[in-house]
Amino acid sequence: MRKTYIKGNKEKTFRVLFLYLPIMLFLIFLLFPFYWMLVTSLKTSQEIRMLPIVYFPSSPSLDSYRYLFEQFNFLHPLRNSLFIAVLTTIISLTVSTLAAYSFSRFRFKGRNFFMSLFLLNNMFPTVLLLIPLFTIMRSIKLLYTPYSLVLSYTTFTIPFSIWLLHGYLSDLPLTIEEAAMVDGASRPKAFLAVLMPILLPCILATGVYIFMQSWNEYTFAVLFTNEKSRTVPVALKMLVGSFGVQWELISAGGVITVIPVCIMFFFAQKRLVSGLTAGAVKG
Amino acid sequence: MKNVLSNSIKNKKLKVVWPYLLLLPALFFVVLVVAYPIIVALKLSFMDYDLTRLYKSQFIGFDNYTSILFGSTSKRFFNSLMRTIEWVFFGVGGQFLFGFCLALLLNQYFKGRGIVRSLSLIPWVTPGVLIALMWSWIFDGNFGVLNDLLIRSGIINEKIAFLANKQTAMPSVVTTIIWQGIPFFALMILAGLQNISHDLYEAADIDGATVWKKLIYITIPSLKNTIFVTTMLRIIWVTNSVDVIFNMTNGGPANATRTLSVYIYQEASKLNMGYASAMAIVLSLLLMVVTIPYVRNSFSNLEK
Repeated sequence: MRKTYIKGNKEKTFRVLFLYLPIMLFLIFLLFPFYWMLVTSLKTSQEIRMLPIVYFPSSPSLDSYRYLFEQFNFLHPLRNSLFIAVLTTIISLTVSTLAAYSFSRFRFKGRNFFMSLFLLNNMFPTVLLLIPLFTIMRSIKLLYTPYSLVLSYTTFTIPFSIWLLHGYLSDLPLTIEEAAMVDGASRPKAFLAVLMPILLPCILATGVYIFMQSWNEYTFAVLFTNEKSRTVPVALKMLVGSFGVQWELISAGGVITVIPVCIMFFFAQKRLVSGLTAGAVKG
Repeated sequence: MKNVLSNSIKNKKLKVVWPYLLLLPALFFVVLVVAYPIIVALKLSFMDYDLTRLYKSQFIGFDNYTSILFGSTSKRFFNSLMRTIEWVFFGVGGQFLFGFCLALLLNQYFKGRGIVRSLSLIPWVTPGVLIALMWSWIFDGNFGVLNDLLIRSGIINEKIAFLANKQTAMPSVVTTIIWQGIPFFALMILAGLQNISHDLYEAADIDGATVWKKLIYITIPSLKNTIFVTTMLRIIWVTNSVDVIFNMTNGGPANATRTLSVYIYQEASKLNMGYASAMAIVLSLLLMVVTIPYVRNSFSNLEK
């Protein structure tokens, strides 16, 4: 039934006008800021304030990257962010995998109540939790330590991961573990030996999402850290100095911040996208 | 024989306990970092609680609430409420519109579609602060690239200080949040599009339906649920978003971009926790009212 026979010039112009052109425009709009960040990071502070604006730097310089690590010790916030993101990911994944397994494999009294409890969690405004968490962290002397952020981040990572993992798990047929359990394996053994290998890619994808969120978070981080425990997003903002903004440094820092997350994201993309969209599509 | 029997009883008991046991760690966290803090927030909202003068803290009943809603500061609250409505309406609306168009495009077959799809998702994984800073630099009034492009193409004659001007500040931050949210919308709608049966379109083709008619009578109705869920999620998310506005305009100029979330965040940063908590509770209640249909929808899906 495909109408390939009229694929003449007319169809070609149609495709250019209504497909390739708008896609190009979208890509330019969505990616230009990144191009601009990269270009800015390769300029010197004089070049940045030069008119007319240079769109393709003829002699790119890596000065701002060097400056960032030597003068501003950017490695320090990178290390903090890595520690916080990894710890948040490990804790959230462990806790959420257990809970998601419970929801998808058991029908028990109060299941709906508990599920809605986790579901509703995502609705509370950040600022609602931020204020009491600040005072609580302050009174238990955790404020300005990395752990205050790890705990705060679990407020959104755990409910979200449970939801995501529950979706993945519900798609895996029960028969997989049942077969193992009939053969005499205990439930934990069936879970670890049979289900885990299949689920692992999904757990990793969820982990990437948690890592991304904790790596990127700013609102909690700026109030809950000091100079010692500062994370990358806070450090980036700190480069907006009192003597005017050093855009070349911010851009260099931005490039460094975005690259690791982008790489991780591309590896996890397929599963992450299918997991995220499943709920909304099925509905 | 006896041993086997007691074992099976033990197993049965374990079977009942298992699901709760597995939930326990997650529940522990939720109680610790969500439920308890919300109770604390409620308590704070009835107090005069300022961390800079703690010795003066005391319960003041509904005073915070009455001063927010009816007192001398109520004007600020309602001004921020209006800014929030603008921010959410245009922000989420724009994300939907452009995200929908992008999804329709990505649903077509063309060479390099996979790469285009991956690339267009990058804004979504970029930290909010960085987005704010990147766009502040683009919008810059002196050396910003947007001014340069607009002057070069003859659209404007004089440079505009986009973020410092009362008329252009809100459109600028809204553009930024639209840019950030397009990928998520496109992603969700694209998944929805790929779920629509081809038979429907083929049947419409036989009846001689136009592209436009197919969009209105097949595509959009089939996407109803996807659009609904995604829009609701985005409304919650954009309402709660602080980092973009906070780092671009900090609510200015002259409070033109001070949404409720930003306002509350500013008050909390000043350590005026009682008053800020009361505002946060009001915001939560407002958000709950808006998202009632979403909650209902989610609950009805729980059974599945």
